[in-house]
Amino acid sequence: MPHMTPKERIFTALSHREADRVPFVLALTLHGAKELGLTIRQYFSSAANVVEAQIRMQQRYGHDALIGFSYAAAEYEAWGGEAIFVEDGPPNSGEPIFKNLEALDHLEVPRIEACPELQTSLEIIRQLKSRAGNGIPILGVVLSPFSLPVMQLGFDLYLDLLYGDRERFWLLMAANQVFATAWANAQLEAGATALAYYDPLASPSMIPMDLYRETGFKVACDTLKQISGPTITNLASGSTLGVIDLIAQTGTQAIGVSSLEDLVELKSRCAGRLGVVGNLNGLAMVRWTAKETEQAVREALVKGAPGGGFVLSDNHGELPWGVPDEVIGTLAETVRTWGQYPAGSDHA
Amino acid sequence: MEVQAFQSALLSMDRIRVGNLLKESLAREGRMQAIESLVVPAMQAIGTEWEQGRLALAQVYMSGRICEQALDALILEDGPPVATGPRIGLAVFMDQHQLGKRIVASVLKASGYRVLDYGQGLDAETLARLALADRVPMLMVSVLMLHSAMHLKELRQALGTNPEAPVLVVGGAPFRLDPTLGRELGLEAVGESAADAIKFARQYLGVPCPI
Repeated sequence: MPHMTPKERIFTALSHREADRVPFVLALTLHGAKELGLTIRQYFSSAANVVEAQIRMQQRYGHDALIGFSYAAAEYEAWGGEAIFVEDGPPNSGEPIFKNLEALDHLEVPRIEACPELQTSLEIIRQLKSRAGNGIPILGVVLSPFSLPVMQLGFDLYLDLLYGDRERFWLLMAANQVFATAWANAQLEAGATALAYYDPLASPSMIPMDLYRETGFKVACDTLKQISGPTITNLASGSTLGVIDLIAQTGTQAIGVSSLEDLVELKSRCAGRLGVVGNLNGLAMVRWTAKETEQAVREALVKGAPGGGFVLSDNHGELPWGVPDEVIGTLAETVRTWGQYPAGSDHA
Repeated sequence: MEVQAFQSALLSMDRIRVGNLLKESLAREGRMQAIESLVVPAMQAIGTEWEQGRLALAQVYMSGRICEQALDALILEDGPPVATGPRIGLAVFMDQHQLGKRIVASVLKASGYRVLDYGQGLDAETLARLALADRVPMLMVSVLMLHSAMHLKELRQALGTNPEAPVLVVGGAPFRLDPTLGRELGLEAVGESAADAIKFARQYLGVPCPI
């Protein structure tokens, strides 16, 4: 098979065909700070930092996408929330901005152009596009309107809303949808090839599926319709098997899957409907030896690769800060060595 | 059979049926026995079903809340609480997301334990100082992010090892996704679900004081 560019490789795989090798995505959002010898706060403060590190790391490891994403709490900052920076992990969202459900009666949707953190993210995407060209896909991220309230309200108050005040729930969804759609389309216009649609609350680990069907599912169908580019729905480590049939109807192209579920079963359930992205255990990766890394990657390749429709990645969409460079290097080398078809086997 | 009916009423969020079943049990067996024979097994079963992927976290949370509210209502009807025993300290360590803590608080309270809520976003030094000052015999701590879990070693150290130091029980997503993490961090008690909160409370503190 002729050599493919990263973009061709990913699009072939997500079209449920076998590419020249299994594509892999390393979500190295935090490692760029290490790469440049900066703190995480310093790193994310400038688009040029992120672009430089993303390009360098892609050249070193040879993965098949550039990550044009900084941190999830940036969207929360747009709503007036706080991002809490730590030395050794992703910036986390601070206290909820809405202290009670009555606050939802007077919602104002933030404007993308008024949020400096989101503008930095758009600049990252523009610069990545300008430096990397068309051969390598650039991934952006948007939080689903349905899952953003976990930050806006706190999880407990949000569950009270979901179960107890459907009228205000839909008010919040309407506002969040306007924001999410504008943010997603701004990233696509800036040059993002596709977006990860983060929707952890859609996982059956989080809410019962009858509740999802009448709430988050409708929100996803409606929102994805308004996003002018391909999406990968990611449940951020949560279980996916119980919701695949619904996710497949939302209009998304692929799903990020949990390390707690079997790739063979996931592939079979998604066949022809959704690409499967995952499912290396990012948390365990922090302590993997070279041998364990190779074993885990080869096992994922053997289970996920047949017939295409598979992109190797981690289970969450972000590699933890503590994952050593050696593990990332071994992971990348193992995909390059064993990723050609029949992938992962001794006959590769 | 009665436990199943209670569990089913909790999961279907039938507050009236929950209240009635609890009232009947209290009238028949008294407070402690009703909690022992009805509430604890139902909450443990719900926690276990979540652990096994058969229920969602939202259902565990709502069950705990409904149970706690029903008990509060009956206890108010029946006279003020007379709790005098040790309290269990609860906190979200470094992170802000409080759902896990609220679930554990509801389950513990519904099971007859008293809790002392230290809030969220606390670092090792602050949390250890509060827990030691209050002399809580047990500190249950929830974390969401891996980097927060990694700092639990500092909390363990700050709590010290003398016999009066509280037993540290930890739980949260990082421990579920990486079952070896607790051992790596040298933590003695790692909970998988709210059911384990009751298990550890009983193991280390015995049956709850009267409420």
